[in-house]
Amino acid sequence: MEAPEPGAGSSAVAELAGASRSGDRRATARLLSLVERGGDPADEVASATQAHVGEAHVVGITGAPGSGKSTITNSLTTLLAEAGRRPAVLAVDPSSPLTGGAILGDRVRMSGASEAGVFIRSMATRGHAGGLALAVPGAVRVLDAAGFDPVVVETVGVGQVEVDVTAAADTTVVVVAPGWGDAVQANKAGLLEVADLFVVNKADRPGATDARRNLDLMLDLSTAITRPGTGRPSITMTTATEGDGIGELAAAVAGHLDLLCEGGELGQRREKRRIAEVRAHLEHLLAGAADEALTTEGLQPVQASESPMMAARRLARKLLG
Amino acid sequence: MVDTGLPIRVVLAKLGLDGHDRGLKVVARMLRDAGMEVVYLGLRQTTDNIVAAVEQEDADVVGISMHNAGHLTLGPLIVKALGEAGLAVPVVIGGIVPDADLPELEAAGVAAVLGPGASVEEVVTTVRSAAGRDGST
Ligand code: B12
Ligand SMILES: Nc1nc2c(ncn2[C@@H]2O[C@H](COP(=O)(O)OP(=O)(O)O)[C@@H](O)[C@H]2O)c(=O)[nH]1
Ligand SMILES: [Mg+2]
Repeated sequence: MEAPEPGAGSSAVAELAGASRSGDRRATARLLSLVERGGDPADEVASATQAHVGEAHVVGITGAPGSGKSTITNSLTTLLAEAGRRPAVLAVDPSSPLTGGAILGDRVRMSGASEAGVFIRSMATRGHAGGLALAVPGAVRVLDAAGFDPVVVETVGVGQVEVDVTAAADTTVVVVAPGWGDAVQANKAGLLEVADLFVVNKADRPGATDARRNLDLMLDLSTAITRPGTGRPSITMTTATEGDGIGELAAAVAGHLDLLCEGGELGQRREKRRIAEVRAHLEHLLAGAADEALTTEGLQPVQASESPMMAARRLARKLLG
Repeated sequence: MVDTGLPIRVVLAKLGLDGHDRGLKVVARMLRDAGMEVVYLGLRQTTDNIVAAVEQEDADVVGISMHNAGHLTLGPLIVKALGEAGLAVPVVIGGIVPDADLPELEAAGVAAVLGPGASVEEVVTTVRSAAGRDGST
């Protein structure tokens, strides 16, 4: 099947969406590429898939580089696929801001899942101003509409990105490895705000029980800032390379979904995410307009007599008319 | 956005039992720095794994690095496996390939072959033209 070119029309996209839903993986891959293009093709994909989304449990896996996110994703999705589920993975890495290129290396750890039939897509952020909030939700919807469940989103947790993952996932798993104690400490608020579940990975390494104890202490001290709806995050110990603890993790993830459904929190979270996504797109559009305003002659760039704040207000008045 | 504005997506892998991954890593960085998105699979990949990756990643090019004298078997094998899966994606090979073997690989449908000492320009241009995207990223 040929990829419809941008503007090829919604019927070609609808055809791809139909094929994707009946299990044509190449069609699913093409739809994901169209979403990545943004603009009209992405809008067409959104229209073609919207009637079929909302079924998948979207699980975010975040944590510091090297903590074992890809290895956990591999073991977890392999286990689920062998149990008869149809998991898919979206592995997100940042694009180089200088060249726009990227090395997407998460599949290195996912040969097992690939052999078990898990659909894996690597995705570069491509400099989207809104980070994950812009790039990922549309791709998740394509996988959801294709009938994959769960959809596991792996993201590098540094600074803002770990907060962004909540913009894409129903359940957020934060992975910590022994020796990352200081990083966790420094990042405490950020990690606690996003975590529904914690994993202490590399349980085969010295310091794993310490890491667990530290997490427990932090949770004791700061229940006030944990995420609403599903209570204190549980902590699962794993050795992802051996598959140890992955069954427990799968149970914890499923248990969290049950909690979300029982309390009505799932709907609330998804509604909040929708608003966050609209906001991210809006910010992206406004940022583009701001760039235009500063370069277009019609809008007169900044004048020497104005303070920067005054200039910004003047331009904003013109832009927002 | 127009088609040519999008990054070229390349799947890079080593097939079978061959531990020489230095070249593959060097090539991955060259292609990233040229603005491409490199899906890096690394060592000990099977043809099934590579075909699955090319399909799921909607790749424009597959690059295989070979240093174990298996290229005359494995090169044609991967081209055939992609074809059987209905994927018209060009295959570029790098590593240790004697000149005498080039015609046979070409006949088998391998798009290009590069050897030791290939420069950044050669690597980038070869992948771009295999992708049919000369003169762009
Ligand atoms: C370093 C090296 C090793 C290292 C590898 C480390 C590593 N992690 O990569 C070690 C010491 C482990 C090693 C081991 C062996 N090696 Co060794 N090794 C080399 C050596 C000296 C250099 C290879 C290298 O890294 N070059 C630097 C990189 C950057 O260059 P490159 O790989 O050629 O890549 C360039 C191009 O080929 C091209 N390219 C490569 N891949 C791709 C992919 C794409 C898509 C593109 C576009 C371009 C491209 O672009 C790159 C940049 O210019 C070569 C000799 C040589 N001169 O090549 C032998 C050589 C490859 N090894 C050889 C052998 C026989 C072995 C062993 C079997 C030796 C033994 N008996 O123990 C083992 C096998 C190991 C194993 N498990 O597979 C032989 C292979 C013979 C053959 N194929 O006919 C060689 C040629 C030495 C020789 N002359 O005999 N080796
Ligand atoms: N010892 C040990 N190493 C692990 C474990 N899980 C992952 N690793 C290793 O840690 C490194 C980073 O893993 P990876 O999954 O790529 O981490 P990511 O960057 O968070 O995705 C790899 O070398 C893995 O093999 C584990 O449970 N125990
Ligand atoms: Mg990873």
